[in-house]
Amino acid sequence: MPVAEQFRRVEQQREADSLGMWIFLATEVMLFGGLFLAMLVYRILHPAGVREAAGHLQMVLAGINTAVLLTSSLTMAIAATAAERGLRKVALRSLMATAALGLVFLAIKAWEYGLDYHEGLVPGLRMPSPLHEPSAALFLNLYFVSTALHALHLLIGIGLVSSLIFRLLLHRLPLPQHNTTVEVIGLYWHLVDIIWVFLYPVLYLIGR
Amino acid sequence: MALDYRRFMMVYVALLLLLAATMGSTLLYLGAVKPVINIGIAFIKAGLVAWFFMKLHHATSLTRLFASAGFFWLLILLILGSVNWLAPTNSLS
Repeated sequence: MPVAEQFRRVEQQREADSLGMWIFLATEVMLFGGLFLAMLVYRILHPAGVREAAGHLQMVLAGINTAVLLTSSLTMAIAATAAERGLRKVALRSLMATAALGLVFLAIKAWEYGLDYHEGLVPGLRMPSPLHEPSAALFLNLYFVSTALHALHLLIGIGLVSSLIFRLLLHRLPLPQHNTTVEVIGLYWHLVDIIWVFLYPVLYLIGR
Repeated sequence: MALDYRRFMMVYVALLLLLAATMGSTLLYLGAVKPVINIGIAFIKAGLVAWFFMKLHHATSLTRLFASAGFFWLLILLILGSVNWLAPTNSLS
């Protein structure tokens, strides 16, 4: 595989690709870290509002969604390993499963948003709300922003995985030479999963 | 090839069991230690995903260092950001 001019060896280029993605993932961690910090401060300042609001969230539905994302990480890891070994068909099928599971997550999330809306949990709308604590709306704002930002990242991930699928289908991604592309997109996908692994307990579980 | 997939499956089953445990601990066990349990389980799950799925277990030390950097900076953010509200004030409120 061609080595870019600044690298001496292929392995060096591969590692640089991986390190570059890990640095980007660190910036994503900091992005969501700010939201987690806000949640931590809310929990310290307004424990009653947090507890009340969290009690109205769809814990089981989001738990199913967590399982969906964990499964998608499994299929993504299989795809990356298959790409490393030059197994184009296995990689293709695993990537399709990954993207499909991502879409399932988004569908369940949309359904959950619908349930939240009909229960009157969206702050700012002039709808009857089951909440009594004034600070509950603060927590719900953060819930909607965090999950929407996560869903956006997931959508981007689905787009990236889809681009891999198209390139593989058109035989434009020779494996195993170009497996790093699959690997770094896999790293991004796993981070989106890890972010949800933390969002789920922080939003849905520990507030109850 | 089959061996790698088996390890992935084992990690996956562990992740699902941890998910069940974290949901179960919320529904059954109520107490002040619940956040510790849930966040702790989340860390273990994230660690499993990072170590096995993100292939840190056969990455170079440099890669692992880069991977830890994000977590380290997050720790700084969370600790310095929350310490203001964790410290006792001398106001009368």
